[in-house]
Amino acid sequence: MSSSDLPRLDRRMAIKWMLAATATAALTERQLLGAPSAATPATKGYGTDPLLNKEYAPGDFWPLTMTEHQRKTSAALCALIIPAEGSVPSAADLKVHDFIDEWISSPYPDQQGDRATVLAGLAWIDLEAGKRFGKDFAQLDHLQMCAIADDICHAPDAKPELAAGAKFFAKFRDLTASGFFTTPEGMKDLGYVGNVPLAEFKGPPREVLEKLGLV
Amino acid sequence: MPIISPSQVKPDYDVIVVGSGAAGGQTAYTLTMEGAKVLMLEAGRDYDPVKETPMFQTNRQAPLLGVATPDKPFGFHDSTVDGGWEVPGEPYTQSSDDPAKQFEWYRARMLGGRTNHWGRISLRNGPYDFKAKTRDGLGFDWPFTYEEIAPYYDKVEMLIGVSGENDGLENTPNSPDGVLQPAPALRAGERFAQKHMKTMGIPAIAIHRAVLTKRQDPEVLPKKLHPGNAKAQRVLAQAMSERAACFWATNCGRGCSIRANYQSTTVHLPPALATGNLDIVTNAMVREVTLNAKGRAEGIVYIDKATGTEHRAKARIVVLAASACESVRVMLNSKSARFPDGLANSSGLLGRYIMDTVGASLSGQIPALEGLPPMNEDGAGGPHAYVPWWLYQQQLRGDLGFARGYHIEYGGGRGMPGMGSGAGLERYTRGSYGRKLKEDARRYYGSFMYFAGRGEMIANEHSRCELDPVVKDKFGIPVLRFTWHWSDHELKQAIHMEQTFSEIVRAMDGVVLGRNASRKRATEASPIEKGGRIIHEVGGAIMGTDARKSVTNQWGQTWDVPNLYLTDGAPFVGNADKNPTLTIMALAWRAGDHMLTEMKKGSL
Repeated sequence: MSSSDLPRLDRRMAIKWMLAATATAALTERQLLGAPSAATPATKGYGTDPLLNKEYAPGDFWPLTMTEHQRKTSAALCALIIPAEGSVPSAADLKVHDFIDEWISSPYPDQQGDRATVLAGLAWIDLEAGKRFGKDFAQLDHLQMCAIADDICHAPDAKPELAAGAKFFAKFRDLTASGFFTTPEGMKDLGYVGNVPLAEFKGPPREVLEKLGLV
Repeated sequence: MPIISPSQVKPDYDVIVVGSGAAGGQTAYTLTMEGAKVLMLEAGRDYDPVKETPMFQTNRQAPLLGVATPDKPFGFHDSTVDGGWEVPGEPYTQSSDDPAKQFEWYRARMLGGRTNHWGRISLRNGPYDFKAKTRDGLGFDWPFTYEEIAPYYDKVEMLIGVSGENDGLENTPNSPDGVLQPAPALRAGERFAQKHMKTMGIPAIAIHRAVLTKRQDPEVLPKKLHPGNAKAQRVLAQAMSERAACFWATNCGRGCSIRANYQSTTVHLPPALATGNLDIVTNAMVREVTLNAKGRAEGIVYIDKATGTEHRAKARIVVLAASACESVRVMLNSKSARFPDGLANSSGLLGRYIMDTVGASLSGQIPALEGLPPMNEDGAGGPHAYVPWWLYQQQLRGDLGFARGYHIEYGGGRGMPGMGSGAGLERYTRGSYGRKLKEDARRYYGSFMYFAGRGEMIANEHSRCELDPVVKDKFGIPVLRFTWHWSDHELKQAIHMEQTFSEIVRAMDGVVLGRNASRKRATEASPIEKGGRIIHEVGGAIMGTDARKSVTNQWGQTWDVPNLYLTDGAPFVGNADKNPTLTIMALAWRAGDHMLTEMKKGSL
């Protein structure tokens, strides 16, 4: 199916559909492919015998599908969720939105489920930004972004009308954190110091044993 | 040239071995080191872990951060080739729509089979396990004692290299001095949990895993393993000297390019090939065993997957080592006037008494492990500690309400970040984002632990496979149809696992998090995972002392066809909680010795 097979939908109507569908977790491709739409994801994955001894980047196995606008919104969210700090770059600097695009563009069922949440959410957050500040989300200043994020960052505290936004934010935050903390910079920031060959494995240092009452 | 094409197959061999994993690898090793000429047939492709293993690749360098997908059910970097619970073009069917009555069958289509991917946990069955029926009246006794098998456990442990300690716990056998490799130090969480479990009377000890923690001694071990056989000693010394010790990085499930852990492709096949006595044909899908006029196995019919053409190979002995269910399938498909219900099936028991392992798991968040300083906890690419079953006496008294035990595999800590790192923290952080999220992620990283039970399933007649009357695979070979049944013993055991793990987490002042995801569960009544999910299937052609009540004798030699052997898990009569692979290898070595003796005597 390509987007040209579908009737062009009024943007506002599409978003309304997305919101309703997100709330019931049953968004279909047809609904998603309303105006400003992402490309249709690939239907084939990497197969059962991909070359493993190789380094891959998003886009190597299947095309990325976000529109330029969706990428901008995603990058703004990545930078908000994991900002630069000292010498450590932000999630946006590390192109974590490319990973998120790879994720939602994947042909596999789990990721297809997340695709619905993410694409509907990206549209929703623009709508919310427009309602509050008259701009798209990526154009907001930091405090304006925080004003929205603060209302949706903890689902149990979110107002009922923001429940779908909170669900989206939780998903997007999980993807951003996972994408960031798996980069070399993110692993270092988290305190992961493995994946290096050692001559011997000594177990925990004394400082740790003392802290855990194991000495 | 060790890997040959069907056209290069010689007219005759001493032994054909179907399968190249733990069973096929060990069988071929034992036979070729003693001079027998062996043809090995593998349904999957050739596979070289030295060249293909992704060592040091990070999750970010894999698509989707390496998460499990339908194409790669253990994640992108897992070594499994063309495998999983579903193999394209090679279906199997179920006799029931009820998940509790279904069995899921994990296969790999690659040289070395599932040994490339397995957890390397290598536990000996104990004396109770071989005489289980005598002890509690359930299931079967094996047709031998622990003492008869112990020398083969010794040999396999020395050959493949198993690290661990001798703790002398009940039904948890020690290995003789000089057999085990040193156990690695426990990680912080493993030690912390060990301390708290001790107060509950639960003993956590060094796990036994097939990982070299130091290099094998090529001067000593080959002489012990092959006394009086200079060629075998020389070949094995060379093979051992080519294996490195673990360098404490890279998960073992990826395989190991430095050959520090055991996989058939790095430990069994290289020396077997170096003898010059082994030919291997890959992409060879075996359809059936053929019989001669005297009712002896004559050879094998297989399909070359590259061309779709049918080929035949002949030998004095045929060994099925294709994994329990696949070997049973080959026999069920080998029908003749003499054996209309499947080869060597005069007992009618072929396909009966399939067992998996009882599995349930639970995770917890442990505040004491929060905010620890950075430390390298990669270790040996798998757990360093485990808990052997500890309630033998309580169980014997009837205190538990179920028969047979389980061991606990547990761990956690500061592993390589992947999907989920820094994620799902909302319940602790009230939804932090920005710099606060990074602080929170650092605080909670390494504070999560998992506990997984791996328990014994007792053989029952309702867990079985047969040929589906209609469905065939892409090669036109009839497929298996499974029927499954967990008894109350297994269902209750899984409940006991979950309760115990909750108590352990609480003893550490931790918070219990997740139970088994519902899609993996067999039934609402118990947290037990679906049959086949633990990938420890055995049985289907049980061994015994009576040809009317078993398919093979104690050597895995079929009663009906004396030159047909099974050396995989198919002849198992029980599935102790010890994980089957080490026992498969010990029994395969023993079966190989029996074949050599019979060939020398001229009886085969």
